[in-house]
Formats: sequence, structure tokens, C-alpha cells
Amino acid sequence: MTRVRIAQLSCGPEYSGVQKEINDAAEAVDAEIFFPDLKLADIRRSFSDFGLDVRSPDLKLAIARAKALVEGRVEADAVFIATCFRCAEAAIVRNELRRFIHEKSRLPVVSYSFTERTTSGTLLTRMEALTTIARRRALLAREVQEGITMGVDSGSSTTKAVVMKNNRIIGTGWLPTTGVIESAENAVSEALSAAGISRDEIQAIGTTGYGRFLVGEHLKADLIQEELTVNSKGAVFLADSQHGPSTVIDIGGMDNKAISVQDGIPGTFTMGGICAGASGRFLEMTAKRLGVDITELGPLAMKGLSQKVPMNSYCIVFGTQSLVNALAAGSTPEDVAAAACHSVAEQVFEQQLQEVDIKEPVIMVGGTSLIQGLVRAMGDLLQTPITVPPHSQYIGAVGSALLASGFIRRE
Amino acid sequence: MAKVFIFPTTSLILSDLVARFGHTPLSAAMQIREIIQTPGLESPPLQITPEDPKKGLRWAAVEVPSGVRGRMSLYGPLLDRAEAAIIVNNADYSFGCMGCARTNELLMFLIRKKGIPVLDLEYPANEEEGVEFVAAIKRFLDSLPGGRA
Repeated sequence: MTRVRIAQLSCGPEYSGVQKEINDAAEAVDAEIFFPDLKLADIRRSFSDFGLDVRSPDLKLAIARAKALVEGRVEADAVFIATCFRCAEAAIVRNELRRFIHEKSRLPVVSYSFTERTTSGTLLTRMEALTTIARRRALLAREVQEGITMGVDSGSSTTKAVVMKNNRIIGTGWLPTTGVIESAENAVSEALSAAGISRDEIQAIGTTGYGRFLVGEHLKADLIQEELTVNSKGAVFLADSQHGPSTVIDIGGMDNKAISVQDGIPGTFTMGGICAGASGRFLEMTAKRLGVDITELGPLAMKGLSQKVPMNSYCIVFGTQSLVNALAAGSTPEDVAAAACHSVAEQVFEQQLQEVDIKEPVIMVGGTSLIQGLVRAMGDLLQTPITVPPHSQYIGAVGSALLASGFIRRE
Repeated sequence: MAKVFIFPTTSLILSDLVARFGHTPLSAAMQIREIIQTPGLESPPLQITPEDPKKGLRWAAVEVPSGVRGRMSLYGPLLDRAEAAIIVNNADYSFGCMGCARTNELLMFLIRKKGIPVLDLEYPANEEEGVEFVAAIKRFLDSLPGGRA
């Protein structure tokens, strides 16, 4: 497959001045956006069949287009659903269409609520994931790592590197991201040293994360791929859950990902986008304010009760204010730590997990999955046990190393 | 000759009727043509840029979705100039279609608030109603300043 065709179902982007941004994001990953053409009679019939009696004609059109895609009357490789942020009617349609397409077809789908400030950069990773799923199904089907490969995850907070050999992790490196290339180089050296092998022995390299392009070019990577598909792959590999459905939650330093996975391949996903109050960064700040290392925050939270401290802000500034107020009012560090974990989990739950279908096992990955208090809070909210696989903090690097092994024999 | 705001503003039939009976239609097509012909940032398909929803703040507050504000940046200036309005309710999509129900509700409210002469019509369901539909529009347009009555 060369150029990926993404069907757009939307209301409002052309009037918000962001249609060009959507087109540009698709163009950047060698894909094209198109609007499924329908007959007027089909629009009336499809809308009526679907049964959601919305008032906005553009949403009716989106519903009719979704029906045409699912019924195979229009061909596409992927679907992008976009409606205005803060529109309740559109939010209902967006969710129902995403669910409908996910259940009734094999088309990868992503939904997004935009404002006039949405840029192509914001949409790029989502578009890239859509095209990866459409283009690289064979590669994503890989379940076993072969040979000696390396994966590097250049994240917003930390850079991780993993060396794998014959389906096993033999070396890891983990450092805070400062200079993108320098951090990657150091993490790679650490991983190679732990594995006890030289760089020449590496047969294939994969990169992911925010710095994937820069690091990928620097390391001459065979695979440069966004973190949505890579993390899904890494998560099901490490959790030994490669077949059937699963849900992957990755609360990162800058954004969060919730991915509904089937046989290791993302079906629907959301990527926020919410605010720093619902990110790993807030937990870092909490640890700093409490005077403990981030690695100690989880055990501390496990000893506390989140209900004792009111904290639920989307904003990192107001969240910190609640934290300071609670400490000033005499709350214990344990209760404050628990409340911070609950606050982050609750916002991810409310803002993002409503947009994917939660299916067990629920796998939490990324550095924040090591904070037990956060994992417990998420499990309480979802009313389900959460799986945190070994090496969960290296998820992107493991997924990259696993997928990169497909390049040893040029799959 | 009066400036007549039409709803749906995308209706070419309604726009043509207003012009045929001697008045100036205020329609989306005119407004979009003006935007497309004005040199500026390239932002297809309508050449609406992220600046336009900000202009829409004049008619709708910041918490209103950007699509509504962007649409209001198109239709709001037309409404400002309107001296009369023709509203066709429940129009068939082939007659003219306005994509966003919330924008439509706001437009309806602003038209009525303006206190200009308004002709409210239901979209005709058969030929007989169609003839009366056109006749009602003609009577209304003839009664406006500069009309033929």
C-alpha cells in the first residue's frame, strides 16, 4: 500500500479554519483525507437507520458516511472523526460513530475534538498511527523478537533503550531526557553495556516517542514509528496477552494514551491532550513538594487515603495549590500522595477512558505504571484488576525492538 | 431595493428568487466568494482561517464551539446588513443545508431580535404548496421598501 486513504467524518473543521491542518497532518504521513461521496437518498436512509436523532445536518452526513464505510459502499483504509470541542451533540455522535465503526469493521479509527488552535503537529502522531495500522498490519502482527535488536523510546520526560536477543530483554537504559540525541546516546550505551554486547552486533534498530525522527536519523534506525502502535505491541508482548482484546493505558509525562487493542493492533485510541494536572508531570511535582523521590511516591500513596484530601484539578497549578493547602491544613504526606494519584487517575478516567471500550486485561505501561498508588487508583475507578507487566517502563523501547526484528529479514 | 437575509443562507433558489424580485440577497455564497477572492492565508476549502472563529466572538462567547463561531464570522456580517429576512423552516437538503443546528438556533434568535420584517415559511411538501410558497415570497418582497407593490 502506498498512499493511505483516510475517510473524514466531521462537523465544523472547515468553519474552524483547521481543515488545512488536518490535510497537512495526513500529507506528512503520506496519506490523503477524503470525504465519502453519497447520494442524498442514501443520507436520509442511513441516518434514519442509525437511529440517533441529531439536529445538525453535518452530523447526519457523518452518520451516513460511517454507514457507507461499514457497509463497504465506500472504500477507505482508515477513519478520522473530528468535531468541535465543547459541542455536546457532536460528542455523542463522535463516540457512537467511533464505537460503531470499531465494532462493525476492521477500519482503524481515531476521533478528535478540535478548536481553532488545533495544529497539524497536534494531529501528526494520531494520523501516523492510523496510517501505520493501515500500512503495516503484517509488521504489527509480529509476536516474537528474533536476532539482536535495539529499541529506543525518546519520550518527553525520559529516554529509554532496550536491547533484545531471541525474544528476551538482555539490557536496558533509562535516563531523563535533556538533549534529545545525547540522552538517547547515553541510554543506548547503558543498555549495550548492561547487555554486554557491542553496537556492531545490533541487527536492527527501532525508535519511537517524541524524539523518534531525530534519534532515528541519528542511529540510522530501520523503523521509526509513533508510540501508539509501538506501545500497544510492547504492552501485549510483555503482558503475554498477544491474542484477543486488551486495553493499554499509558500516562506519560506530557500526554496520555488509552488504546483499545485487538490481537496486538490498536483499534481505537485517544491521546490527550488534557492538561498537565492529569499527567505524570503532576506526580513528579507532587513528589518534589513532598520531598520524596518519584520512586517513593507510589509506596507512600499506598499508605494513604485519597478521600481525605480534595484534589481534582485539570490544571497543574491549581492541583499544586490544592496540594499545598492540604499540607498546610495538616494532611499527611501519605494522604496527599494518594489524593494526587487518585486525581490523575480520575481525570484520565473521565476525559479519555470514556472514549475507548475498556476490555480486560487492562494493561498499564510507561514510567507512571511503577507508581503503585496510581495503579491502585485506576483499578478502583475501573473496578477491574490492572496488569503491570515486567519492564513496563520500557514499553516503547521493547515494542520498537520487537517490531524492528521484522527488518532483519526485511519483512 | 432591500438587503434580504435568507435562511438557509446556502439556498441558491432562495437567493435567486430574492434577486428576481428586485432585492439584494444576503447569502453564504456571496460571503464565501468574497473570502475566497480576498488574498490571505491559504486555508482550503473555504479559506476560513483560525482567525475567523475569533471574529465570531462578536456573536458567540468563547465557550461556544469554534465551528459555531467560525460560521458566525460568515453569517454575522450578513445579518448586520440585513433589512429583511426570509426563513424557510424544515427545508429539504437539496434546497439548502446549514450544517450546524446550534448556529441555526443562534441565527434564528438574532434575526428575530433585530426587529426587521421577517417572512417565516414551511418548506412546501407538494406542488400546490410550492406555488403558494413562491407567491408568499413574492408578496413579501414586493412589500419591502423598493419593492414592486
